[in-house]
Amino acid sequence: MISALAILLISSLLAVPLRSLIGPRAGLLLALAPAGLFYRTFKSLPEISTGAVFLEKTPWISSLGVDLSFRLDGLSLLFLLLIYGIGALVLIYSVGYLKDDPLQGRFFGLVLFFLIAMAGLVAAENLILLFIFWELTSVASYFLISHYHTDAMARRSALRALLITGCGGLALLAGLILIGMRCGTFSLTEVLLQRENLVGDPRYLLILLLVLAGAFTKSAQFPFHFWLPGAMAAPAPVSALLHSATMVKAGVFLLARLFPALGGTPEWHTIVTGFGAITMLIGAVIAFAQTDLKRLLAYSTVSSLGTLTMLTGLGTVEAHKAMVVFLIVHAAYKAALFLVSGSVDHAVHTRDVRRLGGLLREMPLSATAAIISGLSMCGFPPMLGFLGKELMYEAKLQAPQIAGLVLSAGVASNILIVATATAAGLRPYLRTKLDDNIHGHEVSWTMWFGPLLLATLSIIWGSMPHLLQESVIRPAIEAVRGEPLKIKLALWHGINPVLVLSVLTLILGAAVFMVIKILRRFREWLGALVKGWNGDRTFDLLFDGTLGAARYLTRLSQHGYLRGYVAVMIAFTGMALLWAVWKVEAWHFAFQSPDLFLSAPPALIILILLMCGSAIFAAVAKSRLAVLSGFGVVGFGIALLFSWHGAPDLALTQFFVETILLILMLLVIGHLPRFQEGRGMRLRDLMLSVGVGLLFAIVTLHSFWVHTNDSISSFYLENAPVAKGNNVVNVILVDFRALDTMGEIIVLAVAALGASAVLRGSPGRSETGAGRRYQLSFKKVISQRKPGFKETLS
Amino acid sequence: MNSIPLSIISRLLFPLQLTLSIILLFRGHNLPGGGFIGGLLAASAFALVGFANGSARMKTFLLFAPSVWIGTGMLLALLAGLMPVLMGEAFFKGLWHYGIIPTIVAGDVKPGTPMLFDIGVYLLVVGIASHLVLLFESKGGD
Repeated sequence: MISALAILLISSLLAVPLRSLIGPRAGLLLALAPAGLFYRTFKSLPEISTGAVFLEKTPWISSLGVDLSFRLDGLSLLFLLLIYGIGALVLIYSVGYLKDDPLQGRFFGLVLFFLIAMAGLVAAENLILLFIFWELTSVASYFLISHYHTDAMARRSALRALLITGCGGLALLAGLILIGMRCGTFSLTEVLLQRENLVGDPRYLLILLLVLAGAFTKSAQFPFHFWLPGAMAAPAPVSALLHSATMVKAGVFLLARLFPALGGTPEWHTIVTGFGAITMLIGAVIAFAQTDLKRLLAYSTVSSLGTLTMLTGLGTVEAHKAMVVFLIVHAAYKAALFLVSGSVDHAVHTRDVRRLGGLLREMPLSATAAIISGLSMCGFPPMLGFLGKELMYEAKLQAPQIAGLVLSAGVASNILIVATATAAGLRPYLRTKLDDNIHGHEVSWTMWFGPLLLATLSIIWGSMPHLLQESVIRPAIEAVRGEPLKIKLALWHGINPVLVLSVLTLILGAAVFMVIKILRRFREWLGALVKGWNGDRTFDLLFDGTLGAARYLTRLSQHGYLRGYVAVMIAFTGMALLWAVWKVEAWHFAFQSPDLFLSAPPALIILILLMCGSAIFAAVAKSRLAVLSGFGVVGFGIALLFSWHGAPDLALTQFFVETILLILMLLVIGHLPRFQEGRGMRLRDLMLSVGVGLLFAIVTLHSFWVHTNDSISSFYLENAPVAKGNNVVNVILVDFRALDTMGEIIVLAVAALGASAVLRGSPGRSETGAGRRYQLSFKKVISQRKPGFKETLS
Repeated sequence: MNSIPLSIISRLLFPLQLTLSIILLFRGHNLPGGGFIGGLLAASAFALVGFANGSARMKTFLLFAPSVWIGTGMLLALLAGLMPVLMGEAFFKGLWHYGIIPTIVAGDVKPGTPMLFDIGVYLLVVGIASHLVLLFESKGGD
């Protein structure tokens, strides 16, 4: 599996240079990578279908239980075939579709990158690895949706899709971690064996909801369905590959994958089936009345995803059989229809189904592919779609407890889907030409090859389902169920309720289509009734609200007043100290030692009293200069205290720092704004400083009584001669802890740079020419670089 | 600042302060002192000159732009850390030359990477403090 990913990665990186070397045809060459992998995967079919499971493991972050481990079973194999197959066809299609696009090379690269993510996702055996690939598909989707990046709507849709699937991804991560914690492993193979353990977890519902949040956002289930139609801003091949055939099915894949571990409970039944059914209905209702070819298909995809989710939720063998078959059915017809819709747009320059007509004569090959796919979507025999629908109805008829409900929902949405399929797949091609201003032409072979191949497969597999039955479908179902099964697929079952339902669906679908104009008007009226209160609107409100709140908080915390920042820092330090003091009850010791102060020599007491007096003087002084001199006395007093206690290095440092600080303060003091503060502010500062000062005093006194392990000090003392120095302080600074000192001097240098940026940044004052020569200026650095940035952008 | 006595005193004191700072730097490994303290003393000497005589005079005294001081200091410090790596030792392991350089002002100095590191710190501290002083001076707009 790693080799497959490596092949895709290499071809992905080669895409841009190859495109600029040999032009659009690079796509054909690049398509060889997924096509070859398709063949390789195809060859392992016989082994997998005997029930074999390929496991592959390369250690990665083993200490966290994350390994590059992959698992090939029936389910992942089915998905891999879909991914590689449609991936290759889409690359071929893009050769013609994006022929004149300067970003075609990047597009090829991104499609291949997406294939890596998607293939990794379906083959991952480690849950965390699965999550990583899961997120990578979202990233790839983001870039592919915003391919036409000059279009604001495309960028917006891309961001929306990324945020929604990204939030769902985070929920999924939390769910997967909870699963890993419960099972003690992230290995999928082991997790799947621990169903009792997981279902018995008191947090089972939480786990389920988190995993479902991930799956539902990815597979565009209600109420997150709205990002998918927006994603149709992407080029048609992207819609075909990501947003109908593969990526959006990742959610369904996840549900199927985890079914043996999490599925089959009442909660699972209710939630998964329920949301699936709702999505199925909503998608179909919105879909059939659309007028844009791509949006028609997009909403019908939402509906299909709902169907798949619902079938996974039902959890019976029949339902899973229908799910697997419908997965293939849908991938085949929907990808073809999307690709043809792109061709129509490419050739005719409109996607309005009310204006399209007569395309069968103008673009016969593409139209044939679309018609066959449309019939498959309707569920006409002998297309694969017919088989899918038969199985679906059978599953619903046999659904436990809620058969009536899901059956009626299913029939209703299928009727609408038939109408949709007619509008999208049949009428634009079959009816006579309406508008003489619209001229179509057949597209190049790269663009009709894929759709036609998929349509042919729809017919072949539909009329001969046994081709797929043993090799692909049974292993996939077995992988979902985790048990060996016997299945039998056939086109003709004799006359039974299922067949009656199928025929009924077709007839009613046709009837609905007859009155589609009236229904469209009805839907417009309905749309006006709820006036814009859809998912888009809600999302935008949430999005803008979050940004607004962030802006408000930033204004609140980043106000630009230095003393405000200082006050916050001191207050926080104070709170941390308070907690520490509270925790160890430090005051006991602190107040037991009044004689500590009294026993000090008189000179020291005088010094301390002097410092106290200066501190009070600094606090009440009315001018900055007075404050400064008060502080100066305190600072130099501390230096004296250090030297008194035999710390000459500290004393010297304190002394010089105090000096330089004084000089720097004197330099700027004349330029500061007037010294003023309100009474409230002064009171606040007073309380803060007295409180924090008191806490520091307590901590200092307390520290006298704490017997720390003094091995560190003695270590330094003993080993200083080894470092050839007698001054331990200096030896620590330049030798024992030299790395720390290095860090500190880097901080100093960065602070100096920062000061330049801040001071040079404020407008108004002019600088002397001589001064400028000496400055390390951020602004200068940035302004020098700017042209370079622009060049790379343009 | 237009105080003639301060101006004269600061310039008279300057060589003394600088010498003292170098003594502090080199004797630091055995007696109180070291690169940081020495650097601060030298920086305060430069700052005093700048404060009393203006930034133009200070720049002449500095010889190089503060950024050069900072950069050189940083490079020396980094070199002190990397030299042992080149010798196949751990990053920042102290390497000593088994010799002694007798100096007049600071007694016998043992050459080694920690000494180099300390010199780097010294230069960097001088550079940063001077940089800030010059920055504030130029903002003063006098």
